Amino acid sequence: MSMDKAETQALISEVLEVYPDKAKKDRQKHLTANDTDAAGKKCVTANRKSLPGVMTARGCAYAGSKGVVWGPIKDMIHISHGPVGCGQYSRAGRRNYYTGTTGVNSFGTMNFTSDFQERDIVFGGDKKLSTIVDEIETLFPLHKGISIQSECPVGLIGDDIEAVAKVKGKEIGKTIVPVRCEGFRGVSQSLGHHIANDTLRDYVLDKSEEKEIETTPYDVAIIGDYNIGGDAWSSRILLEEIGLRVVAQWSGDGTIAELENGPKVKLNLIHCYRSMNYISRHMEEKYGVPWMEYNLFGPTKCEESLRKIAAFFDETIQAKAEEVIAKYRQQWEPIVAKYKPLLEGKKVMLYVGGLRPRHVIGAYEDLGMEIVGTGYEFAHNDDYTKTIPEVKDATLIYDDVTGYELEKFAEQLKPDLIGAGVKEKYIFQKMGVPFRQMHSWDYSGPYHGFDGFAIFARDMDMTLNNPCWDKLTAPWKKPAVEEAMVVNG
Amino acid sequence: MPNVMIRKEADGALSCYIAKKDLEEAVVAIEFDEPERWGGEIELADGTCYYIEPLSEQPQLPKTMRARRA
Repeated sequence: MSMDKAETQALISEVLEVYPDKAKKDRQKHLTANDTDAAGKKCVTANRKSLPGVMTARGCAYAGSKGVVWGPIKDMIHISHGPVGCGQYSRAGRRNYYTGTTGVNSFGTMNFTSDFQERDIVFGGDKKLSTIVDEIETLFPLHKGISIQSECPVGLIGDDIEAVAKVKGKEIGKTIVPVRCEGFRGVSQSLGHHIANDTLRDYVLDKSEEKEIETTPYDVAIIGDYNIGGDAWSSRILLEEIGLRVVAQWSGDGTIAELENGPKVKLNLIHCYRSMNYISRHMEEKYGVPWMEYNLFGPTKCEESLRKIAAFFDETIQAKAEEVIAKYRQQWEPIVAKYKPLLEGKKVMLYVGGLRPRHVIGAYEDLGMEIVGTGYEFAHNDDYTKTIPEVKDATLIYDDVTGYELEKFAEQLKPDLIGAGVKEKYIFQKMGVPFRQMHSWDYSGPYHGFDGFAIFARDMDMTLNNPCWDKLTAPWKKPAVEEAMVVNG
Repeated sequence: MPNVMIRKEADGALSCYIAKKDLEEAVVAIEFDEPERWGGEIELADGTCYYIEPLSEQPQLPKTMRARRA
Protein backbone atom coordinates (compact mmCIF):
# COMPACT_ATOMS: atom_id res chain seq x y z
CA MET A 1 0.00 0.00 0.00
CA SER A 2 1.43 3.35 -0.82
CA MET A 3 -0.34 6.63 -0.44
CA ASP A 4 -0.43 9.51 -2.89
CA LYS A 5 0.40 13.08 -1.97
CA ALA A 6 -3.19 14.14 -1.40
CA GLU A 7 -3.77 11.28 1.03
CA THR A 8 -0.60 12.08 2.95
CA GLN A 9 -1.57 15.77 3.12
CA ALA A 10 -5.04 14.79 4.31
CA LEU A 11 -3.47 12.69 7.05
CA ILE A 12 -1.32 15.62 8.14
CA SER A 13 -4.33 17.96 8.28
CA GLU A 14 -6.34 15.41 10.22
CA VAL A 15 -3.62 14.99 12.83
CA LEU A 16 -3.08 18.74 13.16
CA GLU A 17 -6.79 19.29 13.75
CA VAL A 18 -6.52 19.15 17.55
CA TYR A 19 -4.00 21.95 17.89
CA PRO A 20 -4.90 25.58 18.54
CA ASP A 21 -4.59 27.74 15.40
CA LYS A 22 -1.19 29.18 16.22
CA ALA A 23 0.33 25.80 17.02
CA LYS A 24 -1.26 24.29 13.94
CA LYS A 25 0.30 26.95 11.74
CA ASP A 26 3.69 26.32 13.27
CA ARG A 27 3.58 22.53 13.11
CA GLN A 28 2.28 22.57 9.53
CA LYS A 29 5.68 23.81 8.37
CA HIS A 30 7.42 20.80 9.86
CA LEU A 31 5.30 18.13 8.18
CA THR A 32 5.06 17.30 4.51
CA ALA A 33 4.55 14.66 1.86
CA ASN A 34 7.77 13.96 0.00
CA ASP A 35 7.92 15.52 -3.44
CA THR A 36 10.76 14.02 -5.46
CA ASP A 37 10.29 16.63 -8.19
CA ALA A 38 11.16 19.36 -5.74
CA ALA A 39 14.67 18.03 -5.11
CA GLY A 40 17.01 20.81 -4.06
CA LYS A 41 14.16 23.07 -2.95
CA LYS A 42 12.97 23.78 0.53
CA CYS A 43 11.13 20.81 1.96
CA VAL A 44 10.25 21.41 5.60
CA THR A 45 11.24 23.96 8.20
CA ALA A 46 13.90 22.50 10.45
CA ASN A 47 16.13 23.42 13.37
CA ARG A 48 13.51 25.60 15.06
CA LYS A 49 12.53 25.80 18.71
CA SER A 50 10.08 23.10 19.76
CA LEU A 51 6.55 24.22 20.53
CA PRO A 52 5.95 24.77 24.27
CA GLY A 53 3.57 22.19 25.67
CA VAL A 54 4.23 19.37 23.25
CA MET A 55 6.25 16.26 23.94
CA THR A 56 9.52 16.43 22.03
CA ALA A 57 12.22 13.77 21.89
CA ARG A 58 15.03 16.28 21.52
CA GLY A 59 18.07 16.51 23.75
CA CYS A 60 20.17 19.46 24.91
CA ALA A 61 23.50 21.00 23.97
CA TYR A 62 25.22 19.11 26.80
CA ALA A 63 23.90 15.85 25.33
CA GLY A 64 25.31 16.82 21.94
CA SER A 65 28.73 17.70 23.29
CA LYS A 66 29.36 15.28 26.14
CA GLY A 67 27.19 12.43 24.97
CA VAL A 68 27.99 12.50 21.29
CA VAL A 69 31.19 14.25 20.29
CA TRP A 70 33.50 14.35 23.35
CA GLY A 71 32.27 11.40 25.38
CA PRO A 72 33.61 8.58 23.17
CA ILE A 73 37.21 9.90 23.26
CA LYS A 74 38.44 7.19 25.55
CA ASP A 75 41.74 8.38 26.98
CA MET A 76 40.40 11.73 28.13
CA ILE A 77 38.35 12.34 31.23
CA HIS A 78 35.15 14.24 30.61
CA ILE A 79 33.94 16.09 33.68
CA SER A 80 30.20 16.74 33.80
CA HIS A 81 30.56 20.10 35.50
CA GLY A 82 27.41 20.89 37.43
CA PRO A 83 24.78 18.87 39.31
CA VAL A 84 25.18 15.11 39.37
CA GLY A 85 22.15 14.03 37.33
CA CYS A 86 23.16 15.04 33.79
CA GLY A 87 26.26 12.88 33.89
CA GLN A 88 24.78 9.99 35.80
CA TYR A 89 21.66 9.51 33.71
CA SER A 90 23.61 9.67 30.45
CA ARG A 91 26.47 7.48 31.66
CA ALA A 92 27.44 4.80 29.11
CA GLY A 93 23.92 4.80 27.69
CA ARG A 94 25.09 5.31 24.14
CA ARG A 95 27.24 2.17 24.10
CA ASN A 96 30.31 3.71 22.49
CA TYR A 97 32.55 0.65 22.63
CA TYR A 98 36.29 0.97 23.15
CA THR A 99 39.34 -1.13 23.88
CA GLY A 100 41.41 -0.44 26.97
CA THR A 101 41.26 -0.90 30.72
CA THR A 102 38.52 1.22 32.20
CA GLY A 103 39.80 3.32 35.07
CA VAL A 104 43.43 2.88 34.09
CA ASN A 105 43.96 4.18 30.56
CA SER A 106 40.37 4.48 29.27
CA PHE A 107 37.46 6.22 30.92
CA GLY A 108 34.54 5.90 28.53
CA THR A 109 31.97 4.29 30.80
CA MET A 110 32.89 6.20 33.95
CA ASN A 111 31.09 9.23 35.26
CA PHE A 112 33.12 12.18 36.51
CA THR A 113 31.08 15.02 37.96
CA SER A 114 31.59 18.05 40.15
CA ASP A 115 28.26 17.28 41.90
CA PHE A 116 27.18 20.89 42.47
CA GLN A 117 25.56 21.72 45.80
CA GLU A 118 23.77 24.89 46.88
CA ARG A 119 27.08 26.27 48.18
CA ASP A 120 28.67 25.93 44.71
CA ILE A 121 25.81 27.80 43.10
CA VAL A 122 26.13 30.62 45.65
CA PHE A 123 29.93 30.91 45.81
CA GLY A 124 30.84 29.53 42.36
CA GLY A 125 32.33 26.20 41.42
CA ASP A 126 35.75 27.18 40.09
CA LYS A 127 37.62 26.13 43.22
CA LYS A 128 35.87 22.79 43.19
CA LEU A 129 36.85 22.34 39.56
CA SER A 130 40.54 22.89 40.35
CA THR A 131 40.29 20.35 43.17
CA ILE A 132 38.73 17.86 40.77
CA VAL A 133 41.56 18.29 38.29
CA ASP A 134 44.08 17.64 41.11
CA GLU A 135 42.16 14.58 42.27
CA ILE A 136 41.97 13.19 38.72
CA GLU A 137 45.70 13.71 38.30
CA THR A 138 46.35 11.73 41.51
CA LEU A 139 43.85 8.94 40.98
CA PHE A 140 44.11 8.45 37.20
CA PRO A 141 47.62 9.54 36.21
CA LEU A 142 47.43 7.80 32.80
CA HIS A 143 44.69 10.05 31.43
CA LYS A 144 45.75 12.10 28.40
CA GLY A 145 43.58 15.15 28.94
CA ILE A 146 40.42 16.54 30.49
CA SER A 147 37.36 18.13 28.99
CA ILE A 148 35.04 20.24 31.12
CA GLN A 149 31.46 19.80 29.94
CA SER A 150 29.35 22.59 31.41
CA GLU A 151 25.84 21.89 32.59
CA CYS A 152 23.19 24.64 32.75
CA PRO A 153 24.00 26.19 36.18
CA VAL A 154 27.64 26.84 35.22
CA GLY A 155 26.51 29.22 32.52
CA LEU A 156 23.80 30.76 34.68
CA ILE A 157 26.12 31.68 37.55
CA GLY A 158 28.94 32.76 35.21
CA ASP A 159 31.80 30.55 36.32
CA ASP A 160 35.07 31.11 34.48
CA ILE A 161 35.93 27.55 33.48
CA GLU A 162 38.28 28.80 30.75
CA ALA A 163 40.54 30.40 33.36
CA VAL A 164 40.60 27.24 35.47
CA ALA A 165 41.38 25.16 32.37
CA LYS A 166 44.25 27.43 31.42
CA VAL A 167 45.86 27.52 34.87
CA LYS A 168 45.44 23.84 35.66
CA GLY A 169 46.40 22.75 32.14
CA LYS A 170 49.75 24.50 32.53
CA GLU A 171 50.16 22.96 35.97
CA ILE A 172 49.59 19.34 34.95
CA GLY A 173 50.99 19.73 31.43
CA LYS A 174 47.99 18.11 29.71
CA THR A 175 45.24 19.39 27.46
CA ILE A 176 42.24 20.72 29.38
CA VAL A 177 39.32 21.75 27.20
CA PRO A 178 36.58 23.97 28.61
CA VAL A 179 33.37 23.31 26.67
CA ARG A 180 30.58 25.87 27.00
CA CYS A 181 27.83 23.36 26.18
CA GLU A 182 25.24 24.44 28.77
CA GLY A 183 22.00 22.64 28.07
CA PHE A 184 19.91 25.75 27.52
CA ARG A 185 21.91 26.78 24.47
CA GLY A 186 20.21 26.30 21.12
CA VAL A 187 17.08 24.39 20.21
CA SER A 188 18.43 20.84 20.34
CA GLN A 189 21.59 18.78 20.76
CA SER A 190 22.67 20.05 17.35
CA LEU A 191 24.21 23.21 18.78
CA GLY A 192 26.09 21.04 21.27
CA HIS A 193 27.74 19.26 18.35
CA HIS A 194 28.70 22.60 16.88
CA ILE A 195 30.14 23.91 20.16
CA ALA A 196 32.05 20.66 20.69
CA ASN A 197 33.48 20.84 17.17
CA ASP A 198 34.58 24.43 17.76
CA THR A 199 36.41 23.44 20.95
CA LEU A 200 38.06 20.54 19.14
CA ARG A 201 39.28 23.08 16.63
CA ASP A 202 40.51 25.61 19.18
CA TYR A 203 41.98 23.37 21.86
CA VAL A 204 43.09 20.25 20.02
CA LEU A 205 43.84 21.00 16.37
CA ASP A 206 45.25 24.51 16.78
CA LYS A 207 47.67 23.33 19.45
CA SER A 208 48.95 20.32 17.57
CA GLU A 209 50.02 22.04 14.36
CA GLU A 210 53.75 21.40 14.80
CA LYS A 211 53.20 17.72 15.43
CA GLU A 212 54.78 15.54 12.71
CA ILE A 213 53.71 12.02 11.83
CA GLU A 214 54.82 9.53 9.22
CA THR A 215 52.28 9.68 6.43
CA THR A 216 51.34 7.45 3.52
CA PRO A 217 49.35 8.39 0.40
CA TYR A 218 46.44 6.31 1.73
CA ASP A 219 45.80 7.95 5.10
CA VAL A 220 42.17 8.55 5.93
CA ALA A 221 40.20 9.48 9.04
CA ILE A 222 36.79 8.11 10.01
CA ILE A 223 34.77 11.10 11.16
CA GLY A 224 31.38 11.02 12.86
CA ASP A 225 31.37 7.34 13.70
CA TYR A 226 30.81 6.85 17.41
CA ASN A 227 31.44 3.10 17.49
CA ILE A 228 27.97 2.33 18.79
CA GLY A 229 27.92 -1.41 19.41
CA GLY A 230 31.22 -1.58 17.48
CA ASP A 231 30.12 0.27 14.32
CA ALA A 232 33.44 1.98 13.71
CA TRP A 233 35.28 -1.33 13.91
CA SER A 234 33.10 -2.99 11.30
CA SER A 235 33.63 0.06 9.07
CA ARG A 236 37.34 0.25 9.70
CA ILE A 237 38.07 -3.30 8.59
CA LEU A 238 36.44 -2.59 5.22
CA LEU A 239 38.52 0.54 4.69
CA GLU A 240 41.67 -1.29 5.72
CA GLU A 241 40.85 -4.19 3.43
CA ILE A 242 40.68 -1.90 0.41
CA GLY A 243 44.18 -0.71 1.27
CA LEU A 244 43.60 2.52 3.17
CA ARG A 245 45.27 3.39 6.45
CA VAL A 246 42.84 4.65 9.07
CA VAL A 247 44.82 7.20 11.07
CA ALA A 248 42.08 8.57 13.29
CA GLN A 249 38.62 7.70 14.53
CA TRP A 250 36.48 10.72 15.43
CA SER A 251 35.44 9.96 18.03
CA GLY A 252 34.27 6.37 18.69
CA ASP A 253 37.14 4.39 20.25
CA GLY A 254 39.27 7.48 19.53
CA THR A 255 42.15 8.99 21.45
CA ILE A 256 43.37 12.56 21.68
CA ALA A 257 46.57 11.58 19.86
CA GLU A 258 44.48 10.39 16.90
CA LEU A 259 42.57 13.64 16.82
CA GLU A 260 45.83 15.58 16.73
CA ASN A 261 46.84 13.55 13.66
CA GLY A 262 43.56 14.49 11.96
CA PRO A 263 44.81 17.33 9.75
CA LYS A 264 47.61 15.17 8.29
CA VAL A 265 45.30 12.72 6.48
CA LYS A 266 44.59 12.69 2.75
CA LEU A 267 40.84 12.36 3.02
CA ASN A 268 38.27 12.75 5.77
CA LEU A 269 35.41 10.27 5.57
CA ILE A 270 32.27 11.56 7.26
CA HIS A 271 29.57 9.21 8.40
CA CYS A 272 27.48 11.42 10.67
CA TYR A 273 27.44 14.64 8.71
CA ARG A 274 25.20 16.47 11.15
CA SER A 275 27.51 16.23 14.16
CA MET A 276 30.94 16.56 12.57
CA ASN A 277 30.67 18.53 9.34
CA TYR A 278 31.95 21.59 11.23
CA ILE A 279 35.40 20.19 11.94
CA SER A 280 35.61 18.72 8.43
CA ARG A 281 34.87 22.10 6.92
CA HIS A 282 37.53 23.65 9.12
CA MET A 283 40.12 21.06 8.11
CA GLU A 284 39.24 21.55 4.45
CA GLU A 285 39.68 25.30 4.61
CA LYS A 286 42.71 25.45 6.88
CA TYR A 287 44.68 22.31 6.04
CA GLY A 288 43.29 21.52 2.59
CA VAL A 289 41.99 18.08 3.58
CA PRO A 290 39.00 17.19 1.39
CA TRP A 291 36.05 15.36 2.91
CA MET A 292 33.52 12.92 1.59
CA GLU A 293 30.27 11.59 2.95
CA TYR A 294 29.75 7.85 2.92
CA ASN A 295 27.14 5.37 4.07
CA LEU A 296 27.82 1.84 5.29
CA PHE A 297 24.27 0.68 6.03
CA GLY A 298 23.19 -2.25 3.86
CA PRO A 299 25.15 -3.95 1.05
CA THR A 300 23.90 -1.68 -1.76
CA LYS A 301 25.10 1.46 -0.01
CA CYS A 302 28.29 -0.23 1.21
CA GLU A 303 29.28 -1.15 -2.33
CA GLU A 304 28.37 2.29 -3.60
CA SER A 305 30.39 3.98 -0.84
CA LEU A 306 33.44 1.74 -1.19
CA ARG A 307 33.54 2.50 -4.92
CA LYS A 308 33.11 6.21 -4.25
CA ILE A 309 35.92 6.22 -1.69
CA ALA A 310 38.18 4.14 -3.93
CA ALA A 311 37.57 6.50 -6.86
CA PHE A 312 39.34 9.20 -4.86
CA PHE A 313 42.53 7.11 -4.75
CA ASP A 314 44.59 5.30 -7.41
CA GLU A 315 43.90 2.10 -9.36
CA THR A 316 45.42 -0.29 -6.82
CA ILE A 317 42.81 0.83 -4.29
CA GLN A 318 40.04 0.63 -6.88
CA ALA A 319 41.05 -2.91 -7.83
CA LYS A 320 41.17 -3.93 -4.18
CA ALA A 321 37.76 -2.37 -3.57
CA GLU A 322 36.30 -4.54 -6.32
CA GLU A 323 37.95 -7.60 -4.75
CA VAL A 324 36.51 -6.75 -1.35
CA ILE A 325 33.06 -6.17 -2.83
CA ALA A 326 33.19 -9.54 -4.62
CA LYS A 327 34.40 -11.28 -1.47
CA TYR A 328 31.64 -9.91 0.70
CA ARG A 329 28.97 -10.54 -1.89
CA GLN A 330 29.26 -14.22 -1.00
CA GLN A 331 28.68 -13.29 2.59
CA TRP A 332 25.66 -11.03 2.20
CA GLU A 333 23.74 -12.71 -0.62
CA PRO A 334 22.73 -15.70 1.55
CA ILE A 335 21.61 -13.25 4.26
CA VAL A 336 19.32 -11.44 1.85
CA ALA A 337 18.08 -14.80 0.54
CA LYS A 338 17.25 -15.89 4.07
CA TYR A 339 15.63 -12.77 5.47
CA LYS A 340 14.06 -11.11 2.44
CA PRO A 341 11.20 -13.62 2.19
CA LEU A 342 10.46 -13.01 5.88
CA LEU A 343 10.50 -9.21 5.67
CA GLU A 344 9.49 -8.35 2.12
CA GLY A 345 6.81 -5.72 1.73
CA LYS A 346 6.79 -4.74 5.42
CA LYS A 347 6.32 -1.05 6.15
CA VAL A 348 8.74 0.88 8.33
CA MET A 349 8.47 4.25 10.05
CA LEU A 350 11.65 5.95 11.21
CA TYR A 351 12.26 8.78 13.61
CA VAL A 352 15.87 9.11 14.66
CA GLY A 353 18.47 11.84 15.16
CA GLY A 354 20.34 13.66 12.44
CA LEU A 355 21.57 11.04 10.01
CA ARG A 356 19.94 7.64 10.24
CA PRO A 357 16.49 8.60 8.95
CA ARG A 358 18.13 8.72 5.53
CA HIS A 359 21.19 6.49 5.97
CA VAL A 360 19.43 3.29 7.07
CA ILE A 361 16.82 3.41 4.29
CA GLY A 362 19.14 1.48 1.94
CA ALA A 363 19.54 -1.34 4.44
CA TYR A 364 15.75 -1.71 4.81
CA GLU A 365 15.27 -1.61 1.06
CA ASP A 366 17.88 -4.33 0.59
CA LEU A 367 15.59 -6.52 2.69
CA GLY A 368 12.60 -5.57 0.55
CA MET A 369 11.04 -3.33 3.19
CA GLU A 370 9.33 -0.04 2.46
CA ILE A 371 9.78 3.27 4.29
CA VAL A 372 6.39 4.93 4.84
CA GLY A 373 7.51 7.77 7.06
CA THR A 374 10.79 9.29 8.14
CA GLY A 375 11.94 12.27 10.13
CA TYR A 376 14.68 13.78 12.20
CA GLU A 377 14.87 15.09 15.74
CA PHE A 378 17.43 17.81 15.13
CA ALA A 379 18.31 17.92 11.43
CA HIS A 380 18.87 21.12 9.46
CA ASN A 381 17.49 22.06 6.07
CA ASP A 382 20.40 20.45 4.19
CA ASP A 383 19.61 17.07 5.76
CA TYR A 384 16.09 17.21 4.38
CA THR A 385 17.43 18.21 0.97
CA LYS A 386 19.52 15.04 1.05
CA THR A 387 16.58 12.94 2.23
CA ILE A 388 14.20 13.82 -0.62
CA PRO A 389 15.89 11.63 -3.26
CA GLU A 390 16.23 8.71 -0.81
CA VAL A 391 12.52 8.15 -0.16
CA LYS A 392 9.60 7.51 -2.48
CA ASP A 393 7.16 10.16 -3.58
CA ALA A 394 4.41 11.02 -1.07
CA THR A 395 6.28 9.46 1.87
CA LEU A 396 5.42 11.26 5.08
CA ILE A 397 8.26 13.47 6.34
CA TYR A 398 8.19 14.96 9.82
CA ASP A 399 10.62 17.25 11.61
CA ASP A 400 10.88 17.26 15.42
CA VAL A 401 7.63 15.30 15.52
CA THR A 402 5.68 15.54 18.77
CA GLY A 403 4.70 12.48 20.79
CA TYR A 404 1.06 12.98 19.87
CA GLU A 405 1.69 13.35 16.14
CA LEU A 406 3.95 10.31 15.93
CA GLU A 407 1.39 8.17 17.73
CA LYS A 408 -1.40 9.35 15.41
CA PHE A 409 0.72 8.81 12.30
CA ALA A 410 1.52 5.29 13.45
CA GLU A 411 -2.17 4.58 14.06
CA GLN A 412 -3.08 5.69 10.55
CA LEU A 413 -0.13 4.43 8.54
CA LYS A 414 -0.12 1.09 10.41
CA PRO A 415 3.61 0.39 9.97
CA ASP A 416 4.89 -3.13 10.61
CA LEU A 417 7.97 -1.78 12.34
CA ILE A 418 8.95 1.50 13.96
CA GLY A 419 12.56 2.55 14.44
CA ALA A 420 13.01 5.43 16.86
CA GLY A 421 14.51 6.24 20.25
CA VAL A 422 14.03 4.91 23.75
CA LYS A 423 11.44 7.58 24.59
CA GLU A 424 9.14 6.18 21.90
CA LYS A 425 9.98 2.54 22.42
CA TYR A 426 7.64 1.52 25.23
CA ILE A 427 4.68 3.54 23.93
CA PHE A 428 4.72 1.70 20.64
CA GLN A 429 5.41 -1.68 22.16
CA LYS A 430 2.39 -1.19 24.39
CA MET A 431 0.40 -0.25 21.29
CA GLY A 432 1.43 -3.63 19.87
CA VAL A 433 3.75 -2.31 17.18
CA PRO A 434 7.13 -4.03 16.76
CA PHE A 435 9.84 -1.53 17.62
CA ARG A 436 13.62 -1.19 17.28
CA GLN A 437 15.56 1.44 19.18
CA MET A 438 17.68 2.87 16.36
CA HIS A 439 19.91 5.23 18.37
CA SER A 440 22.03 2.57 20.05
CA TRP A 441 20.69 -0.46 18.17
CA ASP A 442 18.60 -1.80 21.06
CA TYR A 443 21.61 -3.30 22.88
CA SER A 444 22.68 -5.00 19.64
CA GLY A 445 24.98 -3.98 16.81
CA PRO A 446 27.17 -3.24 15.01
CA TYR A 447 25.01 -2.39 11.99
CA HIS A 448 27.69 -0.76 9.82
CA GLY A 449 29.40 -2.64 7.00
CA PHE A 450 28.72 -6.07 5.58
CA ASP A 451 29.24 -7.76 8.94
CA GLY A 452 26.81 -5.35 10.53
CA PHE A 453 24.17 -6.00 7.88
CA ALA A 454 23.96 -9.66 8.97
CA ILE A 455 23.15 -8.51 12.51
CA PHE A 456 20.76 -5.85 11.25
CA ALA A 457 18.78 -8.37 9.18
CA ARG A 458 18.62 -10.85 12.06
CA ASP A 459 17.46 -8.15 14.49
CA MET A 460 14.72 -6.87 12.19
CA ASP A 461 13.40 -10.39 11.65
CA MET A 462 13.64 -11.19 15.36
CA THR A 463 11.60 -8.12 16.23
CA LEU A 464 9.06 -8.13 13.45
CA ASN A 465 8.28 -11.83 13.32
CA ASN A 466 8.39 -12.32 17.06
CA PRO A 467 5.50 -14.59 18.20
CA CYS A 468 4.72 -12.19 21.07
CA TRP A 469 2.83 -9.80 18.77
CA ASP A 470 0.02 -12.38 18.39
CA LYS A 471 -0.32 -12.73 22.13
CA LEU A 472 -1.39 -9.17 22.92
CA THR A 473 -5.06 -10.07 23.48
CA ALA A 474 -5.75 -12.11 26.60
CA PRO A 475 -7.11 -15.59 25.77
CA TRP A 476 -10.45 -14.88 27.51
CA LYS A 477 -10.88 -11.68 25.47
CA LYS A 478 -10.45 -13.39 22.12
CA PRO A 479 -13.65 -13.77 20.07
CA ALA A 480 -15.56 -16.95 20.88
CA VAL A 481 -15.58 -18.09 17.25
CA GLU A 482 -11.90 -18.78 17.28
CA GLU A 483 -12.23 -20.86 20.42
CA ALA A 484 -15.02 -22.95 18.92
CA MET A 485 -12.83 -23.63 15.95
CA VAL A 486 -10.03 -24.82 18.18
CA VAL A 487 -12.38 -27.19 20.04
CA ASN A 488 -13.81 -28.59 16.84
CA GLY A 489 -10.53 -28.70 15.05
CA MET B 1 28.06 41.05 9.20
CA PRO B 2 28.14 37.28 9.48
CA ASN B 3 31.04 35.09 8.43
CA VAL B 4 30.08 32.89 5.52
CA MET B 5 32.00 30.02 4.03
CA ILE B 6 31.75 29.61 0.28
CA ARG B 7 32.55 26.15 -0.97
CA LYS B 8 32.61 24.44 -4.34
CA GLU B 9 30.57 21.22 -4.21
CA ALA B 10 31.55 18.03 -6.04
CA ASP B 11 29.22 18.93 -8.91
CA GLY B 12 30.86 22.35 -9.34
CA ALA B 13 28.02 24.40 -7.85
CA LEU B 14 28.76 26.89 -5.10
CA SER B 15 27.32 26.47 -1.63
CA CYS B 16 27.23 28.88 1.25
CA TYR B 17 27.50 28.00 4.92
CA ILE B 18 26.59 30.55 7.57
CA ALA B 19 28.11 29.37 10.84
CA LYS B 20 26.14 31.79 13.01
CA LYS B 21 22.82 30.49 11.71
CA ASP B 22 24.13 26.97 11.18
CA LEU B 23 22.60 27.19 7.74
CA GLU B 24 23.77 25.58 4.56
CA GLU B 25 22.29 26.65 1.25
CA ALA B 26 23.11 26.39 -2.42
CA VAL B 27 24.20 29.60 -4.12
CA VAL B 28 21.85 30.22 -7.04
CA ALA B 29 23.34 33.45 -8.33
CA ILE B 30 26.59 35.38 -7.92
CA GLU B 31 27.10 38.87 -9.29
CA PHE B 32 30.75 38.67 -10.43
CA ASP B 33 32.35 35.37 -11.35
CA GLU B 34 35.16 36.44 -13.65
CA PRO B 35 38.93 35.80 -13.55
CA GLU B 36 39.67 39.35 -12.26
CA ARG B 37 36.55 39.99 -10.28
CA TRP B 38 34.73 37.71 -7.88
CA GLY B 39 32.01 38.35 -5.32
CA GLY B 40 29.35 41.01 -5.10
CA GLU B 41 25.79 40.08 -4.41
CA ILE B 42 25.05 36.40 -3.91
CA GLU B 43 21.61 34.84 -3.79
CA LEU B 44 20.89 31.67 -1.85
CA ALA B 45 18.36 28.96 -2.64
CA ASP B 46 16.09 30.10 0.20
CA GLY B 47 15.81 33.57 -1.34
CA THR B 48 18.11 35.53 0.99
CA CYS B 49 20.79 37.75 -0.50
CA TYR B 50 24.22 38.65 0.87
CA TYR B 51 26.87 41.04 -0.34
CA ILE B 52 30.54 40.09 -0.38
CA GLU B 53 33.09 42.80 -1.11
CA PRO B 54 34.31 41.87 -4.63
CA LEU B 55 37.79 40.34 -4.77
CA SER B 56 40.28 41.12 -7.52
CA GLU B 57 40.89 37.44 -8.27
CA GLN B 58 39.20 34.05 -7.99
CA PRO B 59 39.50 32.90 -4.37
CA GLN B 60 40.86 29.54 -3.30
CA LEU B 61 37.67 27.78 -2.16
CA PRO B 62 36.51 26.90 0.43
CA LYS B 63 37.03 30.27 2.03
CA THR B 64 35.46 32.05 4.96
CA MET B 65 34.67 35.70 4.34
CA ARG B 66 32.66 38.56 5.71
CA ALA B 67 29.29 39.18 4.16
CA ARG B 68 26.48 41.57 4.85
CA ARG B 69 22.83 41.33 4.10
CA ALA B 70 21.99 42.83 0.73
